[in-house]
Amino acid sequence: MASFSSYDTGDFYDEMFSASGQPRPGARLLQQRIDSLSMNELLQRQQAAERALLQRGITFNVYGDNSGAERIFPFDIVPRIIESAEWERLERGLKQRVYALNLFINDIYHEQKILKDKIIPEEIVYSARSFRQACVGLNPPRGVWCHITGTDLVRDRDGQMYVLEDNLRCPSGVSYVLESRQILKRTFPQVFGESRVRPVDDYPGRLLDMLQVLAADYLQSPTVAVLTPGIYNSAYFEHSFLAQQMGVELVEGRDLVVADGLVQMRTTRGLRQVDVLYRRIDDDFLDPLTFRPDSALGVPGLMEVYKAGRIALANAPGTGIADDKVMYAYVPKIIKYYLGEDSIIPNVPTYACWDEKERAYALSHLDKLVVKAANESGGYGMLVGPHATPAEREKFAELIQADPRNYIAQPTLSLSRVPVIVDDHFEGRHVDLRPYILYGSDIYVLPGGLTRVALKKGSLVVNSSQGGGSKDTWVVYE
Amino acid sequence: MLSRAADSLYWLSRYIERAENVARFIDVNLHLMLDLPAGATEQWEPLVITTGDEGLFAERYRAATRENVVQFLTFDRENPNSIFSCLRAARENARSVREIISSSMWEQVNIFYLMVRDLATTTRVREAPYEVFQDIRMASHLFEGLTNATMSHGEGWHFCRMGRLLERADKTSRMVDVKYFLLLPSIADVGTPFDDIQWAAVLRSTSALEMYRKRYQDLSPDRIAEFLLLDREFPRSLHYCLIKADESLHAVSGTPIGTFCNPAEQHLGQLRAELAYAQVKAIIGAGLHEFLDAFQTKLNLVGDSIFTTFFALQPIGRAVTVNMQSQSQGGNGGKGQKQY
Repeated sequence: MASFSSYDTGDFYDEMFSASGQPRPGARLLQQRIDSLSMNELLQRQQAAERALLQRGITFNVYGDNSGAERIFPFDIVPRIIESAEWERLERGLKQRVYALNLFINDIYHEQKILKDKIIPEEIVYSARSFRQACVGLNPPRGVWCHITGTDLVRDRDGQMYVLEDNLRCPSGVSYVLESRQILKRTFPQVFGESRVRPVDDYPGRLLDMLQVLAADYLQSPTVAVLTPGIYNSAYFEHSFLAQQMGVELVEGRDLVVADGLVQMRTTRGLRQVDVLYRRIDDDFLDPLTFRPDSALGVPGLMEVYKAGRIALANAPGTGIADDKVMYAYVPKIIKYYLGEDSIIPNVPTYACWDEKERAYALSHLDKLVVKAANESGGYGMLVGPHATPAEREKFAELIQADPRNYIAQPTLSLSRVPVIVDDHFEGRHVDLRPYILYGSDIYVLPGGLTRVALKKGSLVVNSSQGGGSKDTWVVYE
Repeated sequence: MLSRAADSLYWLSRYIERAENVARFIDVNLHLMLDLPAGATEQWEPLVITTGDEGLFAERYRAATRENVVQFLTFDRENPNSIFSCLRAARENARSVREIISSSMWEQVNIFYLMVRDLATTTRVREAPYEVFQDIRMASHLFEGLTNATMSHGEGWHFCRMGRLLERADKTSRMVDVKYFLLLPSIADVGTPFDDIQWAAVLRSTSALEMYRKRYQDLSPDRIAEFLLLDREFPRSLHYCLIKADESLHAVSGTPIGTFCNPAEQHLGQLRAELAYAQVKAIIGAGLHEFLDAFQTKLNLVGDSIFTTFFALQPIGRAVTVNMQSQSQGGNGGKGQKQY
């Protein structure tokens, strides 16, 4: 029997079981179904799911691995379930946050009222590597800068959800959400039907609608394209997947050229105008004439066309300013300042090392804190204090002192766990949650999102580049 | 359609077709060797010569044994025209147009690639070579079938078909040439039952034996050459491949067939006309091998002009470097032919 009877939730918040060992209400059907299967049957389904992922080529490339090996994103078939009431609160919280952050970005590149009112110290903005001088005074369509957000949420031991990171640049992972949902529907068809899971399959359609909204109003049928760095990028699968699902072109920088004041694609019948680019290339590489001159991925002259309002970019360049990990600490104040509201989903307490007092605290508590570089992502440039060796902590202490502006520290949260299949039984593993938020004419939150699992026993790092895997996420109706 | 995407579609099909044809090459030789008279030693070197990669082979292997040649042509990662390398390249191209092809096509390329990659680690190719090469052919057919059945027959599909058929024309011409390079045990064997057996093997490896029988019944070298070179209906004959590739080319440009508006159409039209008005007796009289050699060179010219016409597009009046390179026509492209 594939029973949960020996499953130990440990001293953690478990997403599937309450402390008394009872399944949470939304997970009851799933628990019954899994209990009725033999472990062998369950393992067969797990293998069938992995085979499907490999055959469909749902893989990612690992940087620094020269063998060219692609791996499937490790996947566990037991879904993570979110109750309706909780989801509705999260949804409101995410909309609030994205709305406020967009007002903030627009303010920073225009009047800078929030700086003049001394809510945020000026030097934080100007010292941020993600601040783009070239974006000052720009007016993206409808004043919206960040159209696609992938906010990282985590839950602590007491059950409280926190925002861990905002990810306002090029958040990835949504393709795994859509693909793993396809696989899960086949894995647990009956439970899926009876659990009344909110659909995610309309995401590509919504994404396309949002992108079309960005085009100039006089265009009847704007040409939308997805801009990718190319097939060796770790998220290439997702770029091509989204282009395919939306039925738009997938272009690389070398396919584009600026001619006659327009961004145009090289086609077999000559040049053709592009109106909206969903770009999956960082600001730095977008346009070698404006940003990094050594970029071969971008399009020379793109920013001039953008400034002239003859192409729309999603996300707009410059959104990274609100994504800086030091800026993160100010988001509750940002929400309060622009909306007059308290944040619905709280921040994790954060020590910004550029502040002398907070740095002193961080340095003397490195064994208890998580330290992150302000400008890194993907789990790189990070120290998990309690799990680190004294030498690693020493190294980070030096890094912090050398460049305090670039580091923040946070208490080590005791992330919630989910049961995953390990050999022939279930064990608890830590998870986070990344919902995806679209902002076109209004704000839409994809129900659920990507649940990332730290598959290494005890590990708190869920990034795919660091041995993380994923689960399908079911937001159930009442 | 993006020039880069058209280029990738063209090469995706071309590499799949090439992989299939390398399997056919090995298959024809396996059959020829089976039918050798008692006492004769197996000959594998002609196969390497026909594929045009003998230089690379000599660098990497000592003797042209069956094992070495099969390894070189099937799994060798350093041989850009091995079945494995073709599938790797096909898959890279498929990845870059994954949003244009159907997901069934992508899955089939992926499954095909994984199948050959995994075969390399087993002994199956030694134990059951006929099955293995049959599986490879079927996997390629499945891909072609999926291309025809699941992809809209628009511009992208036409580029797929062009790549596939130009590759096939080239390889069928070489398959006929295998026979030429195979040193017969004795000149006295020409025209004997043994010679017929060899021609039957060539037909079988081009999947042409039954169709040939329906058309001509008796095996005769002239007619076999006529069938594989000039038949208008058999889908692996040179003439058929050029007719269909030409149709696709004109479907892309919109120019009526028989006219041309770019070098690709001009060169392909000329070559097609040459076959349309050729007679097999004249071809054989002037030398079959020489004819095939020249055919392959002209076919390469068609490939080159497709590249310059559609894939290497320069914006007018602008000096922009296009980071686009012509993919390999293969060491076994017609240029390789000139070595001998």
